[in-house]
Parts: sequence; structure tokens; C-alpha cells
Amino acid sequence: MLEIAFKGSKKYYGWILALLGVIGAAGLCYIWQFVYGLGITGMSRDVSWGFYIAQFTFLVGVAAGGVMLVLPYYLHDYKAFGKITILGEFLAVSAICMCLMFIIADLGQPMRAFNVLLHPTPKSMLFWDMIVLNGYLILNIVIGWKVLEAERNSAPPPAWIKPLIYLSIPWAFGIHTVTAWLYCGLPGRGFWLTAILAPRFLASAFAAGPAFLLLLVFLIRKITKFDAGTKAIRTLSKIITYALIANVFFFVCEVFVAMYSGIPEHMDHLTYLFFGLHGHGVLVPWMWASMILMVISIILLVNPITRNNESILALTCVLLFIGTWIDKGMGMISGGFVPSPTHHVSEYVPTCPELIITLGIWCTGFLILTILYKIVVTVKEEGMA
Amino acid sequence: MEKSRRRFLKVAGITALGVGAKPTWDVLASDSSHDASQPKVKKGDKALSAEQWAMVIDTRKFTSEEDLHPIIEACHKTHNVPDFLDEEHEDYKPANKRHEIKWIWPEEYKHAFPSLENHHVNDRVKALPFLVMCNHCENPACVKACPTKATFKRDDGIVLMDFHRCIGCRFCMAACPYGSRSFNFRDPRPYIKDRNPEFPTRMKGVVEKCNFCAERLAVGKMPACVEASNGAIAFGDLNDHESEVSKWLSENFTIRRKPGLGTGPALYYIV
Repeated sequence: MLEIAFKGSKKYYGWILALLGVIGAAGLCYIWQFVYGLGITGMSRDVSWGFYIAQFTFLVGVAAGGVMLVLPYYLHDYKAFGKITILGEFLAVSAICMCLMFIIADLGQPMRAFNVLLHPTPKSMLFWDMIVLNGYLILNIVIGWKVLEAERNSAPPPAWIKPLIYLSIPWAFGIHTVTAWLYCGLPGRGFWLTAILAPRFLASAFAAGPAFLLLLVFLIRKITKFDAGTKAIRTLSKIITYALIANVFFFVCEVFVAMYSGIPEHMDHLTYLFFGLHGHGVLVPWMWASMILMVISIILLVNPITRNNESILALTCVLLFIGTWIDKGMGMISGGFVPSPTHHVSEYVPTCPELIITLGIWCTGFLILTILYKIVVTVKEEGMA
Repeated sequence: MEKSRRRFLKVAGITALGVGAKPTWDVLASDSSHDASQPKVKKGDKALSAEQWAMVIDTRKFTSEEDLHPIIEACHKTHNVPDFLDEEHEDYKPANKRHEIKWIWPEEYKHAFPSLENHHVNDRVKALPFLVMCNHCENPACVKACPTKATFKRDDGIVLMDFHRCIGCRFCMAACPYGSRSFNFRDPRPYIKDRNPEFPTRMKGVVEKCNFCAERLAVGKMPACVEASNGAIAFGDLNDHESEVSKWLSENFTIRRKPGLGTGPALYYIV
């Protein structure tokens, strides 16, 4: 099937070339980082994780979000999603690839990455994260590929694929749960030390992932003959609505516990993010923007008139995606490091090369996504012809 | 032909998977760390040993930050800790602050003991700098977090780093509730003034921290900070009632940093 990816229009090749251009620039920056060290980033002794790990965390969510199509179709026989589960699975593949690249980009000694396999440490949550992420990647590649191949050959998919599909559903919840456990099991970081972190991660994942998928569905409908169908779009928009409300609700629960209890170790991080602490507050406008974007999205999603208007729905998905990205991709990680364990406020701002490397990894993800979706859409179009 | 090539690739793939998964499988199958067939390292004749090493700092013997400088310098010199904040260095930039490496350093009371916050603590303690470093916890959060066992706890309670195994993921830095760990954001060697040939320098991309002078204990010497402290720091076996630390602990009221977290620091302060 892979040969399909090579037969495209000029626009298709132009897009791929543009992505490769950014990836090339990012590759040069990465070589610089590889030679000099992580000192070219804005990270510091106090804020020792930054943009890379934040993107990783957000994208695990996007990957897990695909399950919101797979679960209704395979467990509830919700047929409207039958045509597009493959989009969810391949979105997961590209998102997980980005996650793995962000982890590698964040390592001080990437050449030693396989030490995680040579000296396996089950007590470390990172060990389990490696297992769940790679497992989810393989599951989605195998499932997506086999089901699509069967569709192309107008044959039913092989029987052994069914158990793998059922396994992939709890596995999707697993990847984001384990990712949250990376953070919420650390004794000295009050911001993350909360049992609601994994549920909150999942809620924001099930809003951001499907919202991104909806945008892709709209885009595909515009540039190809493949239409996901109004019924699927409407159901998906309702799933996004509930997930986003749950996300904001969990956040309110978190704010209540931290602020009402008044325990400084939990409260100070939120104060820093939303009001600034000891005169430092680079993230304050971002955090408020994130909250406002999410609240506007909820209003537009709850109202059936705006939700069922596809242009407004598309705009809402953009707002929601940016809102959840700021929340998780910016605030969640550096917010946990400020103030530091010794209660010093050192702020973190990503540097230019750091941003270019980040952009490059996103573009690599888009490249994988473009190729996979190109194959999907061509197979679907062949089927219609 | 096509078929046999496919078959070959299948078998090769499965074999590679098996070889790659072997160490992982081993660790899940059984605990191989207590294997009798493992080689043992013989200790040196002069080596100091203990069941649980511990340190007591008598802060009453310090008055200002000046008193701490010789101690910090002794440690950092012994362990080739680079000084990125040396303004006389030809490549000095204020942004070097981000790359700072420190094994032992001074903090004010409110920063050393944020969970024992007290605005009305007396003037002496308010002005007093406290020496902080790795606490060599009984239940170290960093050791649990490390995905490669590059940081580990020895039987004598010392938490150590294997600089050659560390992949630089910095999970240990997120896990440490005391901010005791530093990361080599860049090559530290150009910023080491007088290199001590008896201790390795580090490369970029690995984490480091205080090692309770394990390399000195192995040849019968006390930690560098203890030696330089003029009797303000005691070091010894917590389980030996005759040791200096045990005596100091039984005679004085001591506190530890963030005791509520259950990490069990081996570092005690007489205030």
C-alpha cells in the first residue's frame, strides 16, 4: 500500500517539501544541541524540564484521543464511526512518533537511550511509559494497516486483529495514565502531587485529540472526495463537549483543593501561573488566555446552534486545541518547577533553537500523518469509484 | 522466492525482538541483583565503613556565609565542580546561571526549611546561612525515578551516581524534593580551574550531586566538607552508638529537611 504515498499532486509534493524544509532547519539546530548540550535551551537547574517534555505530555493526549472513535465503533457498534476509526489510529501513530522524538530530543545523552532496555528498572515510571508508548505505537500501526489493507482488498480483516483492537482501548487510557504518573508520584512537587492529574490528563486528551481529528476531517473533505459524514461529525463534537467540560471541572476541583486548603506547597504554583509570584509571571497572560479559550469553547459547544454549524465548530476546535495546548504544553510542566523545592522563583522561557527543534518535531509528525492519511484517503476514494 | 524472503524476515524479526527483550524479561522474571554468582568488590584495607552513614551539621558554629566558603570550596575542588559563575572567566555570561552546578551550597532558613516556615524565627537563625546538599535519603525519590539505575543507594546508605550510565533524562531532578541535583547542560571542563586528577570530571548531558565523598571513605579519609569545617560537621555511622554523629544526636535537638515527605534524610541540623 505504501506505493500510494508516492503518487500525488504537485500540491501534495509541495506540502511535503515545505515540511522537509522545516525539518532540515530543525535538524541543524539539533546537531548544535547534540554538540553543545542542552544548554542551548532555556532549561536550568531549577526548571529542568521544559518545552520538549511539555509537548511530549500534550501529544500523548492527542494519541490517546483516537480511542474516542475506536471505542464507540468496536464496543458499541456505533457504525457512523466505522469510516473514520482509521483516522484516529493513524493520528495516534504520528502523535506517538512525535512523543518519542521529544523524549530523545530532551535526553542529555541520547546515544545511551537504550540503557533503559539494558538496565530495566520496573520501579521507575519512565520504564513503564516506554513500554506503554511503544506498545501503543505498534498496536496502532498493525491494526490500522491490516484493517485498511482488508478494506482495499474488499475482504474482512483477519480474525486475529480483533483481540488487538480490544486491547488497544484500555491501552489508550493506559498511556495517558502512566504519563500522568510520571509527575504525580513525586513527593516534592506540590503542583503535580494530586490524584486528579491522570483523570485530568485523560479529559483534556479526549477533548484535544478528537478536536484535532475533526479539523483533519474538515480538511480532508475540502481537498479530497472523502466525507466522514454529518452524523459522525455531530457525535464527535458531543464527545468533545463532554470531555472539555470534564477537563475544566477537574481543573476547578484542583484549584479548590489547593486554594481552599491554603497549603503553600500546592497553592504557590497556581498563584505563580495565574497571578505571578514574587514579581515573576511570564506565564500569567498565557494561562488566562488558555482559560478564556476553554470557556468560550464550552459555550460554543454546549449551544446546539453553534455546535451544529460546521464553520463555527471548526473555529471552536481551533480555540479548544490552543487552549488545551497552553494548559498542558506550557503551564503544566514549568508550573510544576516554579517555585523550586527550595522555594526560589527561577522562570523558564524557551530559546529560539529550542523552538525550532520543537517545530521540526511537529513537522515530522505532520509528515508521517500526511503520508498515512494520503494512503487512507486514496484507498477510500478507490472504494467509492 | 518471495515467500522464503518473507519467512526469513519474519524469523529474523522475531529473533531480534527476543534478543532485545532478554534483559527486560530477566528483570521481570526474577530479582537478579542478589545473585550469588555476582562478583564482589573487595574493600581497601583502610576503607571506612558503616551500616548507615549520616552527617550532623552544628549550625551554631557558623555566623556568616564567609565561614562556609572554605567548606564549599574544599568540596567543589575535590570533585572538579565547574564554576560557571566565575566572572573572570573569558566566556562568562550572566546566562551561565542556568547551567550552574553545585554539590553543597548555602541557603537561608526559609529556603532550606520551607516546610518549617516561621516568620518570627530569631535574628540569629534568620541571618544564618544553612549548608545544604544531597540528603542521602533512606527512601530516596531519585533512585525510584531513575529508569537505568544510574543513581542507586549503597548498603551503607550513600546515594551514588554512575556518570557513565546516566542518559540525562533528569527524572531524578524532578523527583528530588531538595533541589540537590545538577545537570551538565554543557561541557563543564573549561570551567574547572584546578583539576583534581583523583576524581573524574564529567561530560555534558549527565546529572551529578554530592556523593558523601564515597571515594575518600574508600581510602580512609573523612568527607572533604567535614575536614574543612573545623569541627562544625560530624560524620559517622548512625547505627554505632559510639560514633560522633550518634553522640551529637543524643545530646542535641536536631531537625531534618522536609521530614513530612517520608524520604528520611541522613543529614541532621543542630540549630
